[in-house]
Amino acid sequence: MTDFSRMGVAAIRDGVANGEFKAVEVAEALNARVANAKALNAFIVETPEKALEAAAAVDADRAAGKPLGKMAGVPIGMKDLFCTEGVQTTAASHILEGFVPTYESTVSANLWKAGAGMLGKLNLDQFAMGSSNETSYFGNVISPWRRNDGSNAALAPGGSSGGSSSAIAARLCPAATGTDTGGSIRQPAAFTGISGIKPTYGRCSRWGIVAFASSLDQAGPMARDVRDCAIMLEAMAGFDPKDSTSLDLPVPEWEAGLNSDLKGKRIGIPREYRLDGIDEDIAAMWDNGIAWLKDAGAEVVDISLPHTKYALPAYYIIAPAEASSNLARYDGVRFGLRDLPDGSGLQDMYAATRAAGFGAEVRRRIMIGTYVLSAGFYDAYYTQAQKVRALIARDFEQAWASCDLILAPTAPSAAFGLGEKTSDPLAMYLNDVFAVPASLAGLPAMSVPGGLSKDGLPLGLQIIGKALDEQSVLNAGLAIEERSGFTAEAGEWW
Amino acid sequence: MSEYRIQGNTGEWEVVIGLEVHAQVTSNAKLFSGASAAYGGEPNSHVSLVDAAMPGMLPVPNRECLRQAVRTGMAINAQINRWSRFDRKNYFYADLPQGYQISQLYHPIVGEGEIEVTLNEKDPDSPTKKIGIERIHVEQDAGKLMHDQHPTMSFVDLNRSGVALMEIVSRPDMRSPQEAGAYLKKLRSILRYVGSCDGNMEQGSMRADVNVSVRKPGGPLGTRTETKNVNSIRFMMQAIEYEAQRQIDLIESGGEVVQETRLFDPNKMETRSMRSKEDAHDYRYFPDPDLLPVELDDAFLEECRESLPELPDAKRKRYEGMGLSAYNAAVLTAEAETAFWFEDLLGHGVDPKQGSNWLLSELFGALNKLGKSLDESPVNPAQAAELLGLVADGTISGSIAKQVFEIMLETGQGAAAIVEERGLKQTNDTGAIEAEIAKIMAANEDKVVEYRSGKDKLFGFFVGQTMKAMQGKANPQVINELLKKVLDV
Repeated sequence: MTDFSRMGVAAIRDGVANGEFKAVEVAEALNARVANAKALNAFIVETPEKALEAAAAVDADRAAGKPLGKMAGVPIGMKDLFCTEGVQTTAASHILEGFVPTYESTVSANLWKAGAGMLGKLNLDQFAMGSSNETSYFGNVISPWRRNDGSNAALAPGGSSGGSSSAIAARLCPAATGTDTGGSIRQPAAFTGISGIKPTYGRCSRWGIVAFASSLDQAGPMARDVRDCAIMLEAMAGFDPKDSTSLDLPVPEWEAGLNSDLKGKRIGIPREYRLDGIDEDIAAMWDNGIAWLKDAGAEVVDISLPHTKYALPAYYIIAPAEASSNLARYDGVRFGLRDLPDGSGLQDMYAATRAAGFGAEVRRRIMIGTYVLSAGFYDAYYTQAQKVRALIARDFEQAWASCDLILAPTAPSAAFGLGEKTSDPLAMYLNDVFAVPASLAGLPAMSVPGGLSKDGLPLGLQIIGKALDEQSVLNAGLAIEERSGFTAEAGEWW
Repeated sequence: MSEYRIQGNTGEWEVVIGLEVHAQVTSNAKLFSGASAAYGGEPNSHVSLVDAAMPGMLPVPNRECLRQAVRTGMAINAQINRWSRFDRKNYFYADLPQGYQISQLYHPIVGEGEIEVTLNEKDPDSPTKKIGIERIHVEQDAGKLMHDQHPTMSFVDLNRSGVALMEIVSRPDMRSPQEAGAYLKKLRSILRYVGSCDGNMEQGSMRADVNVSVRKPGGPLGTRTETKNVNSIRFMMQAIEYEAQRQIDLIESGGEVVQETRLFDPNKMETRSMRSKEDAHDYRYFPDPDLLPVELDDAFLEECRESLPELPDAKRKRYEGMGLSAYNAAVLTAEAETAFWFEDLLGHGVDPKQGSNWLLSELFGALNKLGKSLDESPVNPAQAAELLGLVADGTISGSIAKQVFEIMLETGQGAAAIVEERGLKQTNDTGAIEAEIAKIMAANEDKVVEYRSGKDKLFGFFVGQTMKAMQGKANPQVINELLKKVLDV
């Protein structure tokens, strides 16, 4: 019998299209895997019937000789930040527990139109705020990976798209949606040995995605290889008049354009990313990455991104500022949780509802955001951070004079244990140090597996490209994938 | 303009007034959603997912609303900002689903402009004054709380939530309630001409926040108060009077004016404190990251400019050039409806002078009696033109025309049909007129003698008698000529 759990997007799509197996068979197999992996806590809601329904429709279309979509027959996981019509959407928060949208996000609708089916809604950090998936109201997601030291320590799958990364690494689904505000696709991909790409800001519509920080939020695919990411991104992307920041451009054929020959490409290595005390494993992986890209024909050049060290502080002003305003709508008036203590008025209802409905990290960021936008502090924080953001973008612009792509680590370390960093928010935020600059500049950036740490945990290499040049990013990712020989898998302990 | 002074115990005081006018933009859809912007409707029947701020919903600017703001800016000769931006004004209230209002603080779409007002627009000699406009920006309206639906709870109606408003901010250039009234009237007139706001203050499509302070004439500016949401010109003038007097009394009795927001109570004709500066919200304005900056290109601006109608001041001058009196020109142009009605009349071939006199005396008189507005006139311009045409071509006399008009108002019949049916045509039959004149002269020989001995005024008596004898149907000019022939011998 075919083991569908080991098949990627392309393999399933092609097998269904060629009649090697039925889409319904794939859906059934993966529904069963999802149902048997509760220990990972990757899903908030399982929707086996949705997966079957979509698969049956694809099988029927094929039988009728109708053309099939880019993702026909591929069951996927949907990060629970995407609003799905008729299926609870929570952003992993208590305040939205039980909220069932009457509408479908543009990106998820695009995927269903392309023939994908939904296995369920994936767990995440609450409102996508977190780097370890420990802020979800629905509990931590556990990474399928374990250290090779014989310990059974539960590891973080990364965040905020931790349900996505965990489910893909555990082979519960071939691919899943992610969203990336400051690394939320790339860091979990790196932690779990999979690939993920955050496209250029504006490629994927934000309509129907629960907002965290509007100027940074961007959806993207997560999968087990570069080709699968390319296929899924094609299905997700596209202009949407309902999102004013959506790019009115045709969607390139990224899959067809895949080419790992990097002759003529110059790869920049930013010296500011080589932090003092950089993790040895990370440094070694980075060096390997450089060698692989050279081997693929690229020229490697040293570059400087001088404002890098200000990126993280600027990000932790801008993102919370936007979040503090974006999350004001969760007020207990129209939907979601309402906590109305006896005899209380409107203000009491707001306070009680939001105190009960938001987790600690969300409350922390709302408070930071409220503070930095306050009268008297606005210029010192928000205005200053926006200036830094412009300088970061300019750093990249200037770097493109001497290179076409940038190679760096995705995260400063391999996955850490659950609970290891929860008491120190700053240490947690530092995990995003390499991911945040590309987010601030709105650039496409991808993480691909780059090797294993001494502990036997996956490490990720990050490729950052010019705006709209996802193709070059994917091509470099493919070149690394072809050379890294990364075949490690998490053992099935759950 | 006029020197308006309030006499206090310590001498004269001057009032300084600035207005922030909220005008609902005339558009089918809301500022950032496709929901209807129409007034009224069942509660929550004009609400899109965006207006209700459902998770993941995003605003998309309605270009028509921006276009109307730009056209309004052009009509007050304002600077149009080719680059503007929307900001979020953050505060919690149940009528504000997003938890913020999308507005424009830092970069409004329209910059400095001005409006010329006259204290008495109907008096051509009334002095004029230019009132500066600081800015016009576009923003969302909020919903409405309903407190009378449930014993313990308030309900929310989001029909207005997200409707586009223009906030038109004046300079503190007004010095009397009358000036403020004239400014608001003129502004409303311009908005209606432009078609960017219906100016309906009763329905709340236009309301004013009134900033008032007092000072000794020429002295430094005093502390101002802001009276919110005043919804009629009369109330606004009353609120200014009350507020100025209150501030003077306060200062003269040793108190101090505090910067605060106040409410006007039209029943008690007084303003009341709503909240002081200390309680003021910190709105945490910042650029809305869901929206790109608004950039206006040449073609857009050109279209806006070309679509502007002739504005009241220009129209008034043109009417004066057509030979209308300054008074008539001013009254005809004060309200867009009147001017458009008048021009419709001219379009049907009516002479401007004849038309304006008839419109302002006959039609307005009749509407006044009926208690109707021009919009509700039972006679339309085409019907009126038919009537005036009959006068102009000598078919009926002016006095018969009045009768015919009354019958038109009562029956809705056309003028020509009435004249035909009732035999009201004017006669030019000189034989019949001469015969009547002969009778009158015979019956009034004494008056003939008096007239011929120099009492010219009696000519009118003969005209009147003749017309009466002819039952009003004789052509007055013919009567004149014939009378002169027999009397002036």
